[in-house]
Amino acid sequence: MALSNVLETPLPGFNFDNAARNAALEGLYDGGQTPKPMKTGTTIAGVVFKDGVVLGADTRATSGEVVADKMCSKIHYIAPNIYCCGAGTAADTEKTTELLSSNLTIFSQTSGRNPRLVMAVNILQDMLYRYHGQIGASLILGGVDCTGNHLYTVGPYGSVNKMPYLAMGSGDLAALGILEDRYQQDMELDTAKELVRVAIHAGIMNDLASGNNIDICVITREGVDYIRPYQESEYKDSRYRPGTTPVLTKKVVPLKLEVVQESVQQMETI
Amino acid sequence: MCRNVNGTQPDIQVHPTESGRNGITMNTRGLRSQLKDSVPVAGLCPQGAYGVQDSLRSGFTSVKNELLPSHPLELSEKNFMLNQDKMNFSSLRNIQGLHAPLKLQMEYRAARQIQRLPFLQSSNLALDTLRGNDESIGFEDILNDPTQSEMMGEPHMMVEYKLGLM
Repeated sequence: MALSNVLETPLPGFNFDNAARNAALEGLYDGGQTPKPMKTGTTIAGVVFKDGVVLGADTRATSGEVVADKMCSKIHYIAPNIYCCGAGTAADTEKTTELLSSNLTIFSQTSGRNPRLVMAVNILQDMLYRYHGQIGASLILGGVDCTGNHLYTVGPYGSVNKMPYLAMGSGDLAALGILEDRYQQDMELDTAKELVRVAIHAGIMNDLASGNNIDICVITREGVDYIRPYQESEYKDSRYRPGTTPVLTKKVVPLKLEVVQESVQQMETI
Repeated sequence: MCRNVNGTQPDIQVHPTESGRNGITMNTRGLRSQLKDSVPVAGLCPQGAYGVQDSLRSGFTSVKNELLPSHPLELSEKNFMLNQDKMNFSSLRNIQGLHAPLKLQMEYRAARQIQRLPFLQSSNLALDTLRGNDESIGFEDILNDPTQSEMMGEPHMMVEYKLGLM
């Protein structure tokens, strides 16, 4: 339907039309009970070891005081050799990492090279700085590329830190305590996995917004091992295991399909 | 008809330098050029459909609502491409000399002329290639795609607005 007051097509990208309405609505709710976006108030950690990088995360996503997702996947795929843990607003981390992954894929297709971690970090930094922290995504990027094993963190305002061990999220202080105490240079794979597990466990025990299972992702030159879940929580819902409902009868009806018409269309290959 | 008008100026006198109460002088010339983009003519044409104030979307009428952008990112996003180009051209000028941005701006100007009529979506392929946007994906490619826009403007009015006849 053609509106007579639309004089220019709207610009693509973010639309701020509802910002005034939202600000007015927020004043109407007493005590700030506006619906809360789903946050991955979380514990994520990463450690560089001898052959690569180990990333770990819990699996709880909260929306206000309610657990919105018990098996949330916080370790996102960026490139075959780069994975990213995300803390903050769940939608923001998802979309930002998807955009990053697409950009790196385009880059590797056009240039024929494998993406490096510094490229991912720069793209993220530019993108997050442009939006001045309104995109609430704190990310830990880890990967192995031709220059070695790297671990970076990018904050929501665009700050970047390169460290051999990192933790982010609401449970980061607890996890960082473990990491500071037990981190050593050039650890073996099992030591590194155990260290990340203990760090995430400390975050789960000491932070309300982290919980449920622990996911681990090991990235080495040979490939990626995404172990989900690495450790399941002791308090999981085992009342409704498969087999809880007894099966009384089972009836299988095969669907008989007849070939009515077959046509072959040649595809023109250039 | 309402439009972001250049003919009738809003009643804001912004002087090039202002001195505050404690003697601090502030150069507000830049601020004015930013405001011009986002200052609609107050009170003449409400923002809703059919010219009636859309209370659900924009709240009650108030001069303040219409004068200032309601979101901190609105101004910076509106001018982002412009500022990015300015920054790139100025660093190109410093590195390679005046000829580099001059030649590029000539090509930009030529590419910007390849457009469809105002109410139709132009692909801007040449402009995208020049800027390097053909090899990257950002939020402007996913969100609020103009080709999927739910609102359409009146073709005749949009052309008249573009030609400056309104």
